[in-house]
Amino acid sequence: MLNIGGLNEGIVIDHIEAGGAMKIYSYLNLEKLDCSVAIIKNAKSNKMGKKDIIKIDGNLDMDLDILGVLDRNITVNIIENGEIKRKRNLNLPDKVTNIIKCKNPRCITSIEQDLPHIFKLTDKEKGVYRCVYCEQAFKRS
Amino acid sequence: MKHLISPLDLSVTELEDILELADNIINAPKNYSDICHGKKLATLFYEPSTRTRLSFEAAMLNLGGNVLGFSSADSSSAAKGESVADTIRVISSYADICAMRHPKEGAPLVASTYSSIPVINAGDGGHNHPTQTLTDLFTISKLKGRLNNLTVGFCGDLKFGRTVHSLINALVRYENIHFVLISPEELKIPAYLREEVLDTSENSYEEVRNLEAVLPSLDLLYMTRVQKERFFNEEDYIRLKDSFILDSKKMTLAKEDMLVLHPLPRVNEIATEVDNDKRAVYFKQAEFGVYVRMALIMKLLEVA
Repeated sequence: MLNIGGLNEGIVIDHIEAGGAMKIYSYLNLEKLDCSVAIIKNAKSNKMGKKDIIKIDGNLDMDLDILGVLDRNITVNIIENGEIKRKRNLNLPDKVTNIIKCKNPRCITSIEQDLPHIFKLTDKEKGVYRCVYCEQAFKRS
Repeated sequence: MKHLISPLDLSVTELEDILELADNIINAPKNYSDICHGKKLATLFYEPSTRTRLSFEAAMLNLGGNVLGFSSADSSSAAKGESVADTIRVISSYADICAMRHPKEGAPLVASTYSSIPVINAGDGGHNHPTQTLTDLFTISKLKGRLNNLTVGFCGDLKFGRTVHSLINALVRYENIHFVLISPEELKIPAYLREEVLDTSENSYEEVRNLEAVLPSLDLLYMTRVQKERFFNEEDYIRLKDSFILDSKKMTLAKEDMLVLHPLPRVNEIATEVDNDKRAVYFKQAEFGVYVRMALIMKLLEVA
């Protein structure tokens, strides 16, 4: 049984933009996990006003930095023995393939089958990713 | 193998090599009239663009080469649903080099990843048109004698004009360029270009609304068309459109050696009375496009 207030071993994905938790849940395929997963929506946040949180009662074997592409404010807390063992902001990867989709209807990816959707980080400070084909910026909203 | 997909694919040195070669062609065209004998250029034009296509074809024919291709998606296998990737794989075995115009942005980049021959982007949607940029740079270099120490005005639709975006991207690599961006509020240069290109460059820029006020300071004026369809209401269009029509009266405000460039086609943003002004070089600019494309084809085929 997952304790919503705290975890013994697991991961807390914090500071998700309010309303964004389901997108993260879906991207990480959390429905496939057999451990407990809690989604807390619209939690009160001093920094953000409202935020979403995902608590996973287990470990995830994947590069969580990818989450920064979807929401650059996310922080990941690794919980061990009931304590936050590591708390870190995500490093934005320089290039992501087939993580996000280009939404520009004028982009070749809108018609060419089997073309990988590739984005490059063009502004690290602002976390801007641009499609390598059409250079359209990825909008997170 | 080298392709030309974005104007920034060429280093400043490579770019200057092409401009120098284009100049050599003008000076001694016969030296190059057979240099591409036996070579074939495929013009893959998925949308009509008579001017650019004919410019490429003229360039290859001037070099003694041959041309094959299609001039609309309807007359190509694209109408049957063939992908760009498959088309270029096949065309690679028919031709030695190809020029691609495509309505979708990034199509030439996709082609280049599957191609075994050099691919030239001849325009992809509102994205890039690098041979236009080469032509613009050559015109400036040839007629002003330099690509630095210039005050360059861009006037009209700076929001959607890909030729403007590409030329700004290319010119920021040169020294002491002052960009004067003249447009209505609704058609200002996109924020990303201001923030990622102009703000990070050592060159300066200003955004203004009045063409006449800045005309005396310009070494170059790059005109583009203010498009009626971009405005939300006709009142705004009517209010603004006349500010950006260059006529002989406005030309009296400009320097004696200022140059007026335009990527063409021109509609009404430059009055025809300006055509006879020696500073109006847009038709010369179109002519230079052929020499630049000849030089580019030779460089990519590694025959010069």
